[in-house]
Order: sequence, then structure tokens, then C-alpha cells
Amino acid sequence: MNNIGKNSFDIGRMDALAAGDSLLHRLDPRAKLITTLVFIVAVVSFDKYALSAILPFFLYPIALISLGGLPYNYLLKKVLIVSPFAILIGVFNPLLDREILFHIGSVGISGGFVSFLSILLRFVLTVTAALILISLTGFNAVCESMRKFGVPKPFIVQLLFFYRYLFVMTDEADRMVRARSLRTFNSGTMSFRIFISLIGHLLLRTLDRAERIYRAMCCRGFDGHFYLIRSMKIRVPEIIFMSGWVSLFVLFRCTNVPLHLGTLITGIVP
Amino acid sequence: MTHHIVEAIDLHYTYPDGTVGLNGVSFRVSHGESVALVGENGAGKSTLLLHLNGCLTAAQGTLRIGDYPLNSKNLNEVRRSLGMVFQNPDDQLFMPTVFDDVAFGPLNFGMTKDEAKQTVLRALETAGVGHLAKRPPYKLSQGEKRSVSIATVLAMSPDILVLDEPTSSLDPRSRRRLIELLKTFEHTKIIATHDLDMALELCERTIVLHGGCVTADASTQEILQDEAFLHANSLEKPLCMQKISLWDPNKIPHHTHHHSDYTHKK
Repeated sequence: MNNIGKNSFDIGRMDALAAGDSLLHRLDPRAKLITTLVFIVAVVSFDKYALSAILPFFLYPIALISLGGLPYNYLLKKVLIVSPFAILIGVFNPLLDREILFHIGSVGISGGFVSFLSILLRFVLTVTAALILISLTGFNAVCESMRKFGVPKPFIVQLLFFYRYLFVMTDEADRMVRARSLRTFNSGTMSFRIFISLIGHLLLRTLDRAERIYRAMCCRGFDGHFYLIRSMKIRVPEIIFMSGWVSLFVLFRCTNVPLHLGTLITGIVP
Repeated sequence: MTHHIVEAIDLHYTYPDGTVGLNGVSFRVSHGESVALVGENGAGKSTLLLHLNGCLTAAQGTLRIGDYPLNSKNLNEVRRSLGMVFQNPDDQLFMPTVFDDVAFGPLNFGMTKDEAKQTVLRALETAGVGHLAKRPPYKLSQGEKRSVSIATVLAMSPDILVLDEPTSSLDPRSRRRLIELLKTFEHTKIIATHDLDMALELCERTIVLHGGCVTADASTQEILQDEAFLHANSLEKPLCMQKISLWDPNKIPHHTHHHSDYTHKK
């Protein structure tokens, strides 16, 4: 059965989540943005065979998801949707890099396989962190804090518009696909010709809409500037949140915590 | 004292693809009047509305809005004094939240942030959607979106309100609420619509467009009673004047006879 009536993305749910009222939700968006950026940089900067050293970083998403009351399943599904990109990047590593790094029992584990796993770990961590940031803050607040940090306005405006009309466009695409499948009696595959025509129509409709929106903006005196009324304040909780996490990230990045823990427990010095 | 008039003299407009949009449109709407603009699809209603706020420029003819003849120099003043509510609220509501959207106009026209805040809240209250201020526009129902679109325009305190199909795709109650809201406005109003019942209720005067020309400009009552004229302009008597009894298919006028099938089925 084809999911004719189902919206494929359901990104809107993140906004609903962002409207929550936990301690984490109430933090200044800038604090969360900086912490997330530091987190991502720390995770990405490991060398390509790092595996165990990355593991402690899972503390951050797990802590935030539990404290912020976010749904694990929903976020996991979103991560899975984009996972093909990461898999595609790393999937050939085991073929290209066959040097054996270590053995588990009698099975030799090649460097390529380790780096592939490492890519997947990093991917899950960074994407989850970004999703958590948006689910706890809301896309608009994230954009607004980027603006406060001096990211150029045209870039922010593009992002805001992209986000605002993403919903309108997916709706439109959904309606077109539904209209098609209702007249093809769910025969499954779409021929290339029809696909091209659908995409073409979507583009034309988008252009038409862009023009109408621009007109509506002009009617209300748009002159290339966006003004927003917002107040943001960095207070003690923000500083504690940021400094706490950032120092943890530095610790995790500079020392291999699982290795030291293992050494401590087994008493074997490598 | 500004005079909230709209005056068009012999407007002509042809689209780049050769479609004739307007073919000599003239009318004068004076201060405080409420005018319905009706006509079949493609009669030129939307084209005319786009002229009123300078989105399109007539190839020939002049347009006066308030005290200004419309030209590129006073475009901003005109756009401020003539508030336009578009047909599709999704085109009009593009900011992250309802509040930002309503504040968009006032801030662009140079209001300070504190003034703008007050104005926005007042406009939202007037449109009856004060409780929606923090919501993102794409989450609203069609009726709520429409009310917010009206608030975005009210926030600029226009003298003249122009509405394009305000009751389209609204449920009966939202439509009723909208009509009652519009009744309370004292602005000069121009309402393009296919909802002739609403036109009858809100507008004492009606301008009929057909093929880019004004074919009638008279009292709404008078126009909507002239069945032969309505027929020639692809229109139909408003439902409230048709005296249909749904329970008696024989009384349904002949051109809607095929509907009787539905009244029989139960």
C-alpha cells in the first residue's frame, strides 16, 4: 500500500518540540549554538581510525535528549533518512584500505573497515547534535542567533525562506504525487518522462509563488532589509551550560577516556 | 485630511504573452465606499488589483490613489495607504512567526521597535487572532491564516483596503466571522470576489468586469437582480436571491437543474 496521504518529512514536528518548556529549551539559543558547534568540531577533528575515543561524546546527545524530553525514535528516524549520504562516503573504505589494524579473535579488522565505522559514528553524532539543537531551540531562533554572531543577512534570509517554504513545497509535491497515483492506480514505478514533468511543474509553480511572495513583500514596503524584534540574554545558566559542556568536550578530545578507564580497571598499562 | 479615493482612468494592460488583461477600465471609488469587484475567471480582476498598488504598471491610462497619482516616486506612500490582502495567505505570510509577519510592514515603514510592538498587538486583536502571535504561519488553519493576513495589512494603518477573494476556501463559520470583521472596518474597501452573497451583504456598489472592460458599475442590489445581464457576464444570482428550496427540485432554476440529482439522494 502506497502512503498516498502521508507527509514524507514531518519536519514540522521539530518546531512543535522546540515549543517545549524544559530548562534546556529556555537557554539562550546562542549558548546552544556555540556548544553544538564546538561539539561538532571536536567530533570531526579526530583522526580517521578513531573509534573508542569518540564514544564518550555520545554522552552529550543522550543527556540532552533525556533532559529535554525529546523522542528518541523520532530523532533516530530522521538520522536514518539522511544516513545514505554517510554510508556512500565511507562504503568503499574497506575495499581501498585493506591493511589489517588489529584482530578480534582470528578475524583481522582492516583499516578501511575501522575508518568506515568511524565515519558512521561521527555522522550519527553530528547529525543528532544538529537535530537536537533545532528541536530544543527552533529553526528561527537558531537563525536569529547566527545573525547576532554576524553571519551575513542575505544568508540568514535565504535559510529562513528555505525553511518557511519547505513545508509549502513538500505539500505541493505531495499533492502532485497523490494526484498522479490516484490516476495510475498505484502501479508503482513512475516513468522517467512523468517524473521529469512533475519536477518541471514543481519548479514552475515555485517560481510563480516566489513572484507572488515578492509582490506581497513589496506591498508592505520591503527594501532588502529584514527587521526582527527579539531580545536574547546570556545569563548564569547559559554560561554554566556552555563552559560545562565545552570543557567536557576538550577533555574527551584530548584524552582517550575509555582507554584510561580500561587501563584503570584492568590495571594493564599499554 | 487625505481623501481615500481610488480613481482609474482608461487603464490598458496587455501581458507579455499577448493576453489582454485590461482594456480601458475607468471608475472612481470615493471616500468610505465599499465596492465589490466581480467578474468571471480571467475577467481582469486580479490584474486590476495588481495595478492598484503598483505591482503592474498600465501601458496607458492613469491611476490616482488617495492624493497621489500613482508613479514610481510615491510608490511607498501609495503602498502604505492602500493595504492589499492577497488571495493566498501562504504568499502573504512569509516570516517565521505571526508576530514577525505583522511587524514586517510597520518596521519597513520606519516605525520604532516599541511602536511596532504596540501596533502589531493592536492589529492582531482587531483581527481577532491575538492568541496566535507566537505561532509559525504554516501551522495555522486557512481561516486563521486569512485573519492574520488581514492583520498584517491593518498594522500599516491603511486608508484603503483591497481584498482579493477574501472568503475563498473558508468554512461557513470562518466566512461569517470574516464578513462581520469587514463590516466593522470604516476604510474604503475594494473586494474582488466570486462570493456574490458576501458582495450583497458588504458592498453597496458593484463593478462588473468582463474581458478586461467594465460592463457595469452600479448598486449591488440592482446588478444582482438583472438575470439577463448576469448571464451575459458568466455570473449568477447570489444564492440568497435564488429562492431555492432544497426540498423541492422543481423549483430549482433550469441552469442548475443537474444538482437535483444530489437532492434526491439521501
